[in-house]
Amino acid sequence: MARQKVPPTQALTLTINGEAVTAKPGQTIMDVASEAGVTIPHLCYLDGLSIWGACRLCVVELEGQSRLFSACSTEVAEGMAVQTETPRLRHYRKVIVEMLFAERNHICSVCVSNGHCELQSMAHQLGVDHVHLPYRHPDLSVDSSHERFRLDHNRCILCTRCVRVCGEIEGAFTKGMAGRGIEAMIINDLSEPWGESDTCTSCGKCVHVCPTGALVEKGSAAAEMEKRSAFLPYLTVMREEDSNHS
Amino acid sequence: MKEANPRKVTLATVWLDGCSGCHMSFLDMDERLVELAQHVELVYSPIVDVKHPPTGTDVGLIEGAVSNEEDAAKARMMRGACGFLISLGDCAVTGNVPSMRNVFELGTVYDRAFRETADLQPQTPGQNVPPLLPKVLPVHEVVPVDLHLPGCPPPADAIYEVLTELIAGRTPDPLRLSRFGR
Repeated sequence: MARQKVPPTQALTLTINGEAVTAKPGQTIMDVASEAGVTIPHLCYLDGLSIWGACRLCVVELEGQSRLFSACSTEVAEGMAVQTETPRLRHYRKVIVEMLFAERNHICSVCVSNGHCELQSMAHQLGVDHVHLPYRHPDLSVDSSHERFRLDHNRCILCTRCVRVCGEIEGAFTKGMAGRGIEAMIINDLSEPWGESDTCTSCGKCVHVCPTGALVEKGSAAAEMEKRSAFLPYLTVMREEDSNHS
Repeated sequence: MKEANPRKVTLATVWLDGCSGCHMSFLDMDERLVELAQHVELVYSPIVDVKHPPTGTDVGLIEGAVSNEEDAAKARMMRGACGFLISLGDCAVTGNVPSMRNVFELGTVYDRAFRETADLQPQTPGQNVPPLLPKVLPVHEVVPVDLHLPGCPPPADAIYEVLTELIAGRTPDPLRLSRFGR
């Protein structure tokens, strides 16, 4: 009987902020940094969902490369030297958060997610004490047609977490994106009122992965809406295990 | 007007388009106001009966957004008089609640406020009321601002820390005790 071939264990060595770390091939910089206890700021990335790479907050510097790389969508390589906190990165991250605030109508003081908002805490964490850019104040709608949930486009940062969790985890594919660039909007089905959706299962996962007050449970007043997205990585792992056994 | 004590830091505060909550938070410093008064001379404020901040005032606090021409004039007056100007609270820093009218055309705003909701003599005011600006602006879009202290309102502790750090000659970290929406 032929001896079974054991695949060699591969380990990559790289540095994050000067500290040597090991990683498996295929891991992203975000994964490896997270394992090493280094937090890289992010908004569109959420453990358990596919990688989107849209918010650009997780940009890092790689030694020998002049352009920046998003940590969530860049795989590690042998000998990589990653910097996650430099003055240049801090500057870009602050500008990104300021642009998010200027793009739509984020009024923290009257928001149901005040105090529990990832955009708000990101601004605080990055030292954004005011917005240098002029606010756009676009006239955007609020969809309250669903029995239990509300979609407020004023507070949406287009991270697409809701679109991904709806398709990838719930399998309903209700949420989607319409429009391009600054006209882009989250839609339900073929841009119908949420309450008239034939596909929505009312599971509420989109609400709980939403980083801001864009998707909320009805009946919550200012500062009352707390999100619970911790279920997601467990759910993803459970499903992977399940598909391995079947 | 009482002459400002030259050994004290002179402070001016003004109330533009806000709810006065930031001034209430200022007063919420409670007994620490007595301690502050040993180092600070309040030379112009809604709670001081003086018409203009004296030229050469050390520190100015602006509460509220810039919503009409009078607000803009007051912001410029404060900038001209004060060496160090602070935007106090979310309305001054971001526009906050007053800026929620910015999604509407100015004519619609006037009609809503003075015609649709008026019981007697609905009419758009033409005199004695400062004209609204087309858009509500944060203070730093009208005059340069030296420090932004967000919060709705900024907690009394944050105002106290900012003022005492300035008096001590240090640069305060406004986000240590406050943030947008607090």
